[in-house]
Amino acid sequence: MSQQQKPDTPAGRTNEGAPANLTHGAGASVTMPARGPEPQPRGAVIRGNHPIDQAEAAKRFMAAPEHLAMHDQRLWDLRQKRDRQKDQIEEWEELRQLASDIKTHTLTHLDTYLEMFEKNAKANGVHVHWAKDAAEHNAIVLEILRSKNAKRLIKSKSMLTEECGFREYAGEHGIEVVETDLGERIQQLDDEAPSHVVVPAVHKLRTDVAAVFARTMGTDPNDCEVTHLAEEQRDHTRPLILSADAGMTGCNYAVAETGSVVVCTNEGNADLSANTTGLHIVSAGIEKIIPKLEDAAVFVRMLSRSALGSPITQYTSHFRGPRKGGEMHIVFVDNGRTDRLGLEKFWTSLKCIRCGACMNTCPVFRRSGGLSYGATYAGPIGLIIDPTFNRHKYSTLPFSSTMNGSCTNVCPVKINIHEQIADWRRVLSENHEIPAFKKSMMKAAGMLLASPKLYRASLPVADSALRHLPRFIVYNRMNTWTRGREMPHVPKETFHQWYKKNRGKKGKKS
Amino acid sequence: MSTESRAAIFAAIRANRPNIQPPLPDVPFFDTNAPADLVPPFVEMLGKMGGSVLEAKDGDPIAALRAAITDKGIIATCVPELHGDPSLRIRAIRPDMAPTSLADVEIGVVRASFGVAETGTVCLTDDELIVNTSGFLPQHLIVLLDPKQIVANLHHAYNRPEMRSHNYAVFQTGPSATADIEGVLIHGAQGVRSLRVLFCPA
Ligand code: SF4
Repeated sequence: MSQQQKPDTPAGRTNEGAPANLTHGAGASVTMPARGPEPQPRGAVIRGNHPIDQAEAAKRFMAAPEHLAMHDQRLWDLRQKRDRQKDQIEEWEELRQLASDIKTHTLTHLDTYLEMFEKNAKANGVHVHWAKDAAEHNAIVLEILRSKNAKRLIKSKSMLTEECGFREYAGEHGIEVVETDLGERIQQLDDEAPSHVVVPAVHKLRTDVAAVFARTMGTDPNDCEVTHLAEEQRDHTRPLILSADAGMTGCNYAVAETGSVVVCTNEGNADLSANTTGLHIVSAGIEKIIPKLEDAAVFVRMLSRSALGSPITQYTSHFRGPRKGGEMHIVFVDNGRTDRLGLEKFWTSLKCIRCGACMNTCPVFRRSGGLSYGATYAGPIGLIIDPTFNRHKYSTLPFSSTMNGSCTNVCPVKINIHEQIADWRRVLSENHEIPAFKKSMMKAAGMLLASPKLYRASLPVADSALRHLPRFIVYNRMNTWTRGREMPHVPKETFHQWYKKNRGKKGKKS
Repeated sequence: MSTESRAAIFAAIRANRPNIQPPLPDVPFFDTNAPADLVPPFVEMLGKMGGSVLEAKDGDPIAALRAAITDKGIIATCVPELHGDPSLRIRAIRPDMAPTSLADVEIGVVRASFGVAETGTVCLTDDELIVNTSGFLPQHLIVLLDPKQIVANLHHAYNRPEMRSHNYAVFQTGPSATADIEGVLIHGAQGVRSLRVLFCPA
């Protein structure tokens, strides 16, 4: 793996795209060398309810050197951009604590704040709907669309609608869905799920995108120039947007005290989807609620900085009611969230604001691509929420981790991600969801697994070490993630240092 | 369906939520180090976020605005400082116009209710946009901003009364952007390709 290069043309290219000195939004801050063409490695093989073999898909991703190199460099750059932003905010750690505390308070008073939101939103003229699960969400949205005789729906990116399989459902019921986010549109045209919550097509090379556009929009397959590709998509999608009958957005935050919905995008497509037609439908998970506007400031300050290392998304849009002459609906979806709220060890995963920072920093994610997880949510956050959707199918995912704890360190809402991964390993093992070969590995892991803190201390966590950890982990076959099903050895010095500092001081406490 | 589900969801929340009562923390303004003059940091951040300042020569912002829009195609104006004039292809935006009727506009001119120094952001509301699409359907945007209406950071921004009184308010920071293909930054994904701020007292 080559070292990161100095940013001489930070936007990635000269004479194309934005001015070369700019790195805002999802723009790369390092020179991304030309790569490809190379056939795109596809995601995990889904075999009904069988446990996902993430390692198998990861192996194929790693066998595609051009994709692997681009993906790894790209996401590590986002992680480094995040660090640079964080270092400029004196109160960063205070903000993380506030964000975590606000979420703790809200989730433990979720009924109160949902009621408050509902009351205020209704007073603003918004229709509020409730869906127990994905099927109900889809049916409710379809009913709203049908009541307006809507045929074409423009949509901004929403992980919840992915979770609900909404696009497929809508298609089957005669609704043409047009994704307006460039990355999401690429994935839609390629009939592939998004691989990352923030940058859905991050696993694709420009040559892959050119091939998809050529196949679906009739463009020149040999024109891989990124500016052209983006422009083609703009030209192709704009007429569809202008002739749409309805619009749909996700929801980053639902502010209870005002009944308003906050949506963050870089492209402006939430605004476009909400305002262009006479109908705006919002899909929101019930955990998206926050009490006050002052709380929104905390999350908005951290979201884009954590996600992309950019101070704010280009558009942070606030919808408090329907536009003049229009209609606005919000569909609150449970789909397993209330169950999760009752899981003693895992309920704090509901704090997640879907920034993707844990994915960008994760050596496994960077080396295997989001599609290798075979689930809506990939990367560290996926490991701890996917099993709540299907304990059997996603039983192997919590093993796709090096347990280096970097995800926990970058998480803006301070979810103890790597500890929850360890806890899931235990829970799934006790519930006999783990295949036999993995069970024996669990036993061998012994006391290390019983104490995630201890385990974590046994691994180097400095950034430089983390940067090289994947190589070490991957090629020494010492992690459950790759084919070697052993646990990593505990480096003696680190362990002893830790032992002296902690256990020696605090006495025999595990 | 929705009513039953509502009851089921609330019942599940009440049954499952962790039985702890942590307080909601107060959020400070984090403004102790804010500079007295917020214009320079605003301008710096605006530039970093891909926007720019439309310079007013000789202190006459309206002359600068006129120069910037002359012979540039269809102009949509939402501000009283620039009147509609069909002979100059300047269209005054009225509330009864269809949202999609702005699709052919080259430059939109709108006033921001305030700016945010921390991020170089301007806040556009439905009142100022008149038709909401005038903020993102034009190819380019010129935003008038009263320099006295710049707040230090997002904590102050969320404390503004506009956030409680408008059905639509957008914090726009620079132009529409994407880097979804290999991190190559493109301005003008689906929204405006450029955003210029013109300092102009209200
Ligand atoms: S778990 Fe934390 S770091 Fe990961 S996506 Fe959610 S908020 Fe971001």
